[in-house]
Amino acid sequence: MKLLKFLFVGILFGIVMTKSEAVSWFRIQEMFRFQSFHMYGIIGVAVVAGAIMHFLIKSGKMKNQFGEVIQFSEKPKTYVASILGGTIFGLGWALTGACPGPLYTLLGQGNWVILVVIGSALLGALVYGMLKPKLPH
Amino acid sequence: MIEFLSQPWHWSVSGLSIAFVMFLLIYLGQRFGVSSSFKAMCSIGGAGYVADYFKYDWKSHDWLLVFILGTIIGGGIAVTFLGSPDPVQISSATIQDLSNLGIQTPRTNAEGLGFLPKEIFNFEMLGSIKGILLMVVGGFLVGFGTRYAGGCTSGHAISGLSNLQLPSLVAVIGFFIGGLITTFILLPLILA
Repeated sequence: MKLLKFLFVGILFGIVMTKSEAVSWFRIQEMFRFQSFHMYGIIGVAVVAGAIMHFLIKSGKMKNQFGEVIQFSEKPKTYVASILGGTIFGLGWALTGACPGPLYTLLGQGNWVILVVIGSALLGALVYGMLKPKLPH
Repeated sequence: MIEFLSQPWHWSVSGLSIAFVMFLLIYLGQRFGVSSSFKAMCSIGGAGYVADYFKYDWKSHDWLLVFILGTIIGGGIAVTFLGSPDPVQISSATIQDLSNLGIQTPRTNAEGLGFLPKEIFNFEMLGSIKGILLMVVGGFLVGFGTRYAGGCTSGHAISGLSNLQLPSLVAVIGFFIGGLITTFILLPLILA
């Protein structure tokens, strides 16, 4: 069952999101108020370790589980969408105190009211999809 | 071992663990980006009938939906079997600032784990302006913004930045512009 592996990686991710306290609304407030290094440490270490990983994978021409050389796709250079969409997400992130990964994690912790937040996020994605042809990218 | 894992993890351990999750997804032939799940779920729900954006083969994201199911299960496992002895320990400056806004930070697990402010995040508050703004409007902005930007904290801040993608850096700058506006301008107005 090829998808089962992703279930286990997801379980690990949910545990990491909880134990790192990245799911905490309070930690996100602390981050945006620049009152603790905690969240910057998490994201900073993940980015630096990830950058080393990307370098090693590319320079070593590492293969994935299917034996194919790993290729990375470039993010589309839609800078207007990046800054406007990013700002809109940021406005929401500081309200909900949770980005998408933590939203799912919080739900699994038994915070059923988060279903409303996830439902609203789906509605937001739907409205974006409908407005996409009219928005600057 | 369980006792060891039940402590709140140091930020360096957490950061390395997130990078490891990203590595596993890449090794399995995919990439690290959670907000694409919103697109996939809208597509499954028939959103392709109202917008071309959702006309794609959502089965290409079947792995992501399974990953998210795992994330939900992982959240449950973590609080059930690996719960911390104390609530999240945030800085005293933040505790004071939030107290001024009427949000109390829990000091014992009986008062809360320190994940969500329970004054706001409950079903009764969905009948109030505060609750609607933080949960409903906040959720909407997360969904709209992440899809507009083409990624969230995982896809842009961690995956994108670590692959030296300039659009991701621009998006992360946006995350902070928005987050700071909410924190210092909107939240004081909403919670006053």
